[in-house]
Amino acid sequence: MRFMVIIKSTPKAEKEGPGSDPQHLREMGKFNEQLIQAGIVLAMDGLHPSAKGARVKFSGKNRTVIDGPFTEAKELIAGFWLWQVNSLHEAIEWVKRCPMPRAAESEIEIRQVFEMEDFAPVLSEDQIQHKVEKRAVLPNQTACK
Amino acid sequence: MSAPDSHHATHRTIEAVWRIERARVIAGLTRLTRDVGLAEDLAQEALLAALETWPRSGVPDNPAAWLTATAKRRAIDLFRRNALAQRKHQVLARDLEALEQTPPDLESHLDNTIGDDLLRLVFIACHPILPTESRTALTLRLLGGLTTSEIARAFLTPEPTIAQRIVRAKRTLADKQIPFEVPRGPQLAARLASVLEVIYLIFNEGYSATAGDDLMRPTLCQDALRLGRILAELTPAEPEVHGLVALMEIQASRTRARVTPSGEPVLLFDQNRAHWDQLLIHRGLAAIERAHRIGSTPGPYLLQAQIAACHARARTPSETDWPRIVLLYTQLAQLSPSPVIELNRAVAVSMAHGPQAGLALVDALAPALARYHLLPSVRADLLYKLGRHSEARAEFQRAAALTQNTRERALLLARAASCATDPTS
Repeated sequence: MRFMVIIKSTPKAEKEGPGSDPQHLREMGKFNEQLIQAGIVLAMDGLHPSAKGARVKFSGKNRTVIDGPFTEAKELIAGFWLWQVNSLHEAIEWVKRCPMPRAAESEIEIRQVFEMEDFAPVLSEDQIQHKVEKRAVLPNQTACK
Repeated sequence: MSAPDSHHATHRTIEAVWRIERARVIAGLTRLTRDVGLAEDLAQEALLAALETWPRSGVPDNPAAWLTATAKRRAIDLFRRNALAQRKHQVLARDLEALEQTPPDLESHLDNTIGDDLLRLVFIACHPILPTESRTALTLRLLGGLTTSEIARAFLTPEPTIAQRIVRAKRTLADKQIPFEVPRGPQLAARLASVLEVIYLIFNEGYSATAGDDLMRPTLCQDALRLGRILAELTPAEPEVHGLVALMEIQASRTRARVTPSGEPVLLFDQNRAHWDQLLIHRGLAAIERAHRIGSTPGPYLLQAQIAACHARARTPSETDWPRIVLLYTQLAQLSPSPVIELNRAVAVSMAHGPQAGLALVDALAPALARYHLLPSVRADLLYKLGRHSEARAEFQRAAALTQNTRERALLLARAASCATDPTS
């Protein structure tokens, strides 16, 4: 199972920037190393403060661009991981080990990523049949996996 | 939350903690006890103690430390009880007691040796003294954290058989006094090859199931990938480890595209490349880069990864760099001569230089691969392209009779049937 693990930020932490607490940065670095050594990290990145971002609001046919910074504390994101683990509980246990964030109150959100098998069959029976027919005129690729 | 609910939640937490910590706990205990079988038993006892205690006392702040400490205490008890019988255990019990009183800063030093212990555990589980099927079972059990019944299901083998294999493997390791160490010098290459072989076997068992009704068992692929990624961090200077990881990442990137929703296999050229997982491809290409930065002549896994990368980079089948694939297969065949590799090279040659050139190479391989279903399958395909449809049909049928996989057989029979409209017959 893949999970997107979203590290929330706060307006205060955004203003101070990640360099303001070298100790925390070191601890996060160590934690990231542990995650990589455990073989569960597929991707990870940190995000610039929302001051450098923008939002596009959709309403009917209108699109309105709103420049950052954004002030709703709950919607600020500092970074994310993409993990491959066996269960939500495994993800929770890893998140619990994350170093304490700098903000007194903070949050990390864990969300499962949709996998192919979560969707209804992508190909119709017709499409499959078409593929089977097409296969006869295409080169055999069984040997080249 | 009602009492049974919270009880259930604690159990799930323990399960998750166990999955995270299990291999490291066993590795640490193996170093202390010099016996991987005993280490696993002790770890298991610690788990049982956690299942008993934690629902009442709550999950401790550092569950991993709790598990290790509990297991160590049991080891000391056990050694004390056996101390009269065996002097060796007396020494071990003293070592362990000294360790129990280790000051905190030394504990953090011990943390750093966990990686080494884990690597030692990898090498002992994949020791060449064990038969291949025991190595895979033991690796999945000790390092992959799979239960015996999960391993049995993954390999479609009765559970008692797997249990037997694991018991026997542990006994062999103890009887032969296989040291708990990372091999050095000239030994390292051979031992590492055995480790890579085991991981790739696990991956392939998931990727192209050799028997049964399902073409793939994706969780087994993920277990192998995880083991590979862990190994890559433990041995960052080994290019072949990165080669294997790259190969598995790129092959796994096609998981979604290579089977239809109803379970039929889809050949590489028919796959919807939009369904290839670009993240895994990117990870695979990065692992190839990592291997290249180390230097040295590419080994067999890196070469195979580079071949897979040629396909991964091609946005459409016609963009495939076949001459480069031929070159890579030629290098691979020189490194590890095998008729299966030659067969793959023949396919690449047919793509680069036409079916006639490929067919000549395939025909030369016929005696060596008489029982291998891909030989008639490839041959049939080349014959079909040369317009020799009735010969192609016979070869597809021969391939269908040779494969063990029911899905693949159906595909081959369908292709045989599609040859019936031969204009020349």
